Amino acid sequence: MIKTEKLYKKYGTLEALKSLDVVIKSNKLTYIVGPNGSGKTTFIKSILGLVKPTSGNLFVDGTKLNGIYQYRKNIGYMPQIASFPENLCVKEVLNLLKEIRSETVKYDEELIHLLSLEREYDKRIKNLSGGTKQKLNAAIAFLFDPQLLILDEPSAGLDPVSSSILKDKILRDKKAGKTILFTSHIMSELEELAEEIIFLLEGSVCFSGEKDELISMTGEKNLERAIANLMIGIKS
Amino acid sequence: MNALKFIIKYQIHDTLRSKWLIIYSLFFAAISYGLLSFTNDSGKVILSLLNINMIIIPLASLVFGTIYLYNNRDYIILILSQPINRKTLYLGLYLGLAFPMALSFLFGTGLPILLYIKNFKEAGAVLFNLFLGGIFETFIFVSISFLIATLNENKMKGLGLSIFLWMFFSALYDGLILITLQFFREYPLEIPSLVFTLLNPVDLSRLLVILKFDISALMGYTGAVFTQFFGSGLGFALSILSLLLWSILPLLIGLKNFSKKDF
Repeated sequence: MIKTEKLYKKYGTLEALKSLDVVIKSNKLTYIVGPNGSGKTTFIKSILGLVKPTSGNLFVDGTKLNGIYQYRKNIGYMPQIASFPENLCVKEVLNLLKEIRSETVKYDEELIHLLSLEREYDKRIKNLSGGTKQKLNAAIAFLFDPQLLILDEPSAGLDPVSSSILKDKILRDKKAGKTILFTSHIMSELEELAEEIIFLLEGSVCFSGEKDELISMTGEKNLERAIANLMIGIKS
Repeated sequence: MNALKFIIKYQIHDTLRSKWLIIYSLFFAAISYGLLSFTNDSGKVILSLLNINMIIIPLASLVFGTIYLYNNRDYIILILSQPINRKTLYLGLYLGLAFPMALSFLFGTGLPILLYIKNFKEAGAVLFNLFLGGIFETFIFVSISFLIATLNENKMKGLGLSIFLWMFFSALYDGLILITLQFFREYPLEIPSLVFTLLNPVDLSRLLVILKFDISALMGYTGAVFTQFFGSGLGFALSILSLLLWSILPLLIGLKNFSKKDF
């Protein structure tokens, strides 16, 4: 479970997160939605400790984050863009991560097989296509069988086949009891996967709750319209 | 500590395979071999190598170091999302770049010298100090370049600052000292000029070699005062100490910035 208390982040004069109070429940698929610049990435990065909050508290499974790093052994992160040392080959990148996370002994290499990354094992990173790098990125997020998965726009840059493989994997892992947090701009994906929704707007929580709750609240017939309704409603 | 070992190992793999590092070694090899073919006088060769090293190593270390951190930003984010301490990663990146660069200087310059080793029978100590100075330069300027990159988000600004710093230490600095000394020529200037030398890592590594040469005329004003004041034993110890400080301090400040930074 992730809990924030008055989480506040300021970059210079820009307020990226304004006193955020959210709870992300365990064993749920939570979707963070919001227009560009609403603080989605800043929020995700605060959970990972990549961004240090100006004030407020953040708890991951009851542990308060203040410069500690051990909690990340339970997290798998798939960033929007990933890059690896370009002269290493795929196999070496995987080995590097395995050695860093040496306490994990059970690997989940399902995605490596399904996305046929074994074929690329001996290729240097600089010779990989953008899509293949993204596949590797996805495989790495799942590799250590983490309890919490954080996926930042997982489908961006993937072909439809890989994207659906990834989607199935997300659903399977969710069934296995994992907490999944993701952002995406593809509405059909969200319709299909999301259970909980957190709607961020200009650094504040605008809606947080179940998907059906949002639909019934706005009186629209599907999620896409409900979210559009929410966005328009705020503008006017 | 295990994680540090792995980061260094893979960074070294990565750096050693990159094209620019090969070019860097070949450059040193060409210069060294060229100079050795011109003359049999080991003193002349060492002094020319010294002058070239003191220009090239700081420039390459500063530029490569800053670019390296900027270009690896997404990779840094990926590693930082693993259970790893930020300090470990920073040190890993630093050693993973500085080691291969120092090695590449060492082999590039050293191999041609090995071919002509009979010319260097009496110059062992000077040669040793030449290499020691070059290695220090690499570690110092890579640590400064990392500091610059952690202080500036903007790539162009960071790179500009690196190049300025290189110009400052390898060219402007001596000029400024001369102007200052000229301006205050009525006063005793030994102590201030010693302090000036300690404040410039390029001058310090030059001193390492020149102290062994015993030809004060070649080392400029500050160098001459330095030998006179300390003699070569104490002078050597003092310059090593300052060089160590120069390698460690920027690294520590950079480490502190890196630990607080947002990615």
